[in-house]
Amino acid sequence: MHDPKNKFRIPMGPQHPALKEPEGFSVALKGEKILGVEIRLGYNHRGIEKACEQRSYVQDVYLIERICGICSHTHSTCFVQAVEEIAGLIVPERAQYIRTIIGELERIHSHLLWLGVAGHEIGFDTLLMYSWRDREIVMDILAQVTGNRVNYGMNTIGGVRRDISKDQAADVLKAMDLLEERTKYYIEIATQETTIIKRLKGVGVLSHEDALRLDAVGPTGRASGVRRDVRADDPYAAYGKLNFDVITSNHNDVYGRTLVRVKELMESYKMIRQALKDIPDGPITVKAPRNIPAGEALSRYEAPRGEDVHYVLANGTDKPERVKVRAPTLANVQAVKHMLRDRFLADMPIVIAAIDPCFSCTDRMVSLNEEDHSHLLRWDELRAYSIKWHRDNMSIDFSGLNKKLMDRIK
Amino acid sequence: MKPGRMLREVLMSLGKKPATNLYPAEELKMPDKFRGKLKFYSEKCIGCKLCMKDCPTNAIEIVKVADKDFEAHIDLSRCIYCAQCVDSCPKDALEATRDVELAQLDASKLKIIFHAELPKNPPESA
Amino acid sequence: MTSVLRQLFSILIFPGFLFLVVTGLGAEFIDRKLYARLQNRVGPPWFQPLADLIKLLGKEDLIPCEANPRMFGIAPIMALSAAVTSFFYIPLWGNSALYSFNGDILVVLYLLTLPTLAFFIGGWYSTSLYARIGSVRSVTQLFAYEVPLFMGILSSALLADTWSLAKMAVFYTEHPWFWVFNLAGFGVSIIALLGKLEKAPFDIPEAETEVVAGGFTEYSGRLFAILRLTIDIEMIVGASLLAAVFLPFGLGLDPVAGFGLYSLKVLSIVCLLALLRTILARMRIDQMISFCWRYLVPIALMQLLANLIIKGLLMR
Repeated sequence: MHDPKNKFRIPMGPQHPALKEPEGFSVALKGEKILGVEIRLGYNHRGIEKACEQRSYVQDVYLIERICGICSHTHSTCFVQAVEEIAGLIVPERAQYIRTIIGELERIHSHLLWLGVAGHEIGFDTLLMYSWRDREIVMDILAQVTGNRVNYGMNTIGGVRRDISKDQAADVLKAMDLLEERTKYYIEIATQETTIIKRLKGVGVLSHEDALRLDAVGPTGRASGVRRDVRADDPYAAYGKLNFDVITSNHNDVYGRTLVRVKELMESYKMIRQALKDIPDGPITVKAPRNIPAGEALSRYEAPRGEDVHYVLANGTDKPERVKVRAPTLANVQAVKHMLRDRFLADMPIVIAAIDPCFSCTDRMVSLNEEDHSHLLRWDELRAYSIKWHRDNMSIDFSGLNKKLMDRIK
Repeated sequence: MKPGRMLREVLMSLGKKPATNLYPAEELKMPDKFRGKLKFYSEKCIGCKLCMKDCPTNAIEIVKVADKDFEAHIDLSRCIYCAQCVDSCPKDALEATRDVELAQLDASKLKIIFHAELPKNPPESA
Repeated sequence: MTSVLRQLFSILIFPGFLFLVVTGLGAEFIDRKLYARLQNRVGPPWFQPLADLIKLLGKEDLIPCEANPRMFGIAPIMALSAAVTSFFYIPLWGNSALYSFNGDILVVLYLLTLPTLAFFIGGWYSTSLYARIGSVRSVTQLFAYEVPLFMGILSSALLADTWSLAKMAVFYTEHPWFWVFNLAGFGVSIIALLGKLEKAPFDIPEAETEVVAGGFTEYSGRLFAILRLTIDIEMIVGASLLAAVFLPFGLGLDPVAGFGLYSLKVLSIVCLLALLRTILARMRIDQMISFCWRYLVPIALMQLLANLIIKGLLMR
């Protein structure tokens, strides 16, 4: 791995202190300059789409929710919306408002988490500690309203499972006031602290044309002036009735992404206050049939990271025929390679963190178009194929590993 | 051009109490309606097994011990505390408590049985 | 005979090796506790650094098979001995140091450079990719902070017209309040000391999120314990050096009060370093070099010039 012309390739991942989840980045370096990055995903693949086909729709709601811890309500709502569309259910308005409120609370928690992680990646642990302390306010509110701090279990097919009482609504409003004050402080810090600005400005530049070409979604794209937000373009749940701005920035770099996320926090507070004021009374769920009639639907949702797409194909039984999930990070990760060209090694963690990667969401099956090349491998064949691939492409030889382990045990 | 913008806030923290919950010295209280360990009322159960059908992880099993008497075997390591069974039950025989301190060193203690005979229904490990 | 025993006592116990170990661990505790409290957290108990040391001494040393075991093992010991040795020439609470001779200020500065070179050697001979990057960064950083640090300290020596730390102490005791002229140099040296001790914003060689642990990545067990001890002792030695060079007041007091004043000086420098660590993010290596050469060096040069002029004016 050492090239005599002082170029070498270091692995950042799959296990690395900078990465919150396993993903493989192989960086070609010359001194401190990055020459190129190769990305390998798939370390978090759990076969969720296949597992969905063997469980009923009611069970699938909980499975889909656990694709990711931070965007759990996103996936759950997106799936449930698709199923409700196939079954032709009209979800009551109160349920739509409750879904919106929980979705925005989740966005707040995700953006505060991101702020802390960004601080940690640039070595500013104080920001991490303070923003995560404030995030506890949101987590406590969510625990009170939904019954759990993550994986809220709020959705069911046909509506939501729990109602928001008047006391809980009052607590939420109090928390919003507190958080708004803290967020104003973070905006001040982000825009005025010299060391942060020096680390974030000019790093991870993605021009407007490149953002359109590489299909950047969410705050990553919005920081490059791409004005796409599913909540405004294609309103779902109660977003059509709420008044909010789509935040964009034309800084085109990590600093812009920071600003977009922090300002989105302010918009979220506005939206939650509006929703709690306008929420109508009424039932919170309609009865859903166990067997969903045949049909297909595609549903989109604006996750904190970008556009999340779910596709469901139903065949009249109580188990879905096919479920496909496309997470926003899959769209954003292509841009990472482009952003890291001619940058320093020290910029790598913050650039990766700036797209807010969630590789648990991302690792699904992507099938490439290879007609007639379908292959069924047995376990030992798969192992032999893997050993051969790693020997040829990465010059690592795993074949002796099992034997060495067996010798030591004996 | 101001480095050290957080100075004031940081110095003020010296006077505040640390924002740390000193568990287990301090008690950890979950809010009301937090979804923790399940509780089963065998006198209300009619044995329809809808909870078993809807459980995402097959963590609950309803066993008939006598006519109209059912006991519930719950595997705490499989349960994901979603409380779907609580919603599915037509007779409200299941309830989610606030108990979250469920860690054990012995895995067999995580399989609990709610018996049918005893009137107070204390849970017992398998 | 008793003189030899006395010297051995001074070197090994007080104010030598054992004293340095105890104060080093104490400085680490204060640094970590203050860092935690400033972040609204609780922080470790007072015996945490000692517990870490004992735990590490009991763990196995794992040497990577591609590393050079001799250099790998020598580097921490070299660093520790250099850091401890440099302490003997610094006047602490009196007008004299344990050993002093003309020119010992340069020897102290040189001995303080050795730990950085030792980290480089240890990291380089680890042959791990992260260790190599970290060790190269460590030496690159050396080029940035070394010059301002030397200029700041030597400008103070210039005013005292001597190259011996003990004689500097004598000069400043005879001319009280002269140390006020060196305050710009003090500021420059504190920032350069942050670079030497590899603390934020200059903790680039050890950036956890970029190169795992830099030059220390492959170290574990006893060698790692020695490295951590070296870093703690370097903090005490650096703080004592700055206190001796820039805050040489109250050196004529009796031993107990003098010891108290010395501890106060070192404590305040340690607290200042912990505060700076809390409120600043980490720089990139190119930003750090440009900052040091564009801002610190000119200020140090001006301090040097000012001291020359003052010396000329005052010695008339």
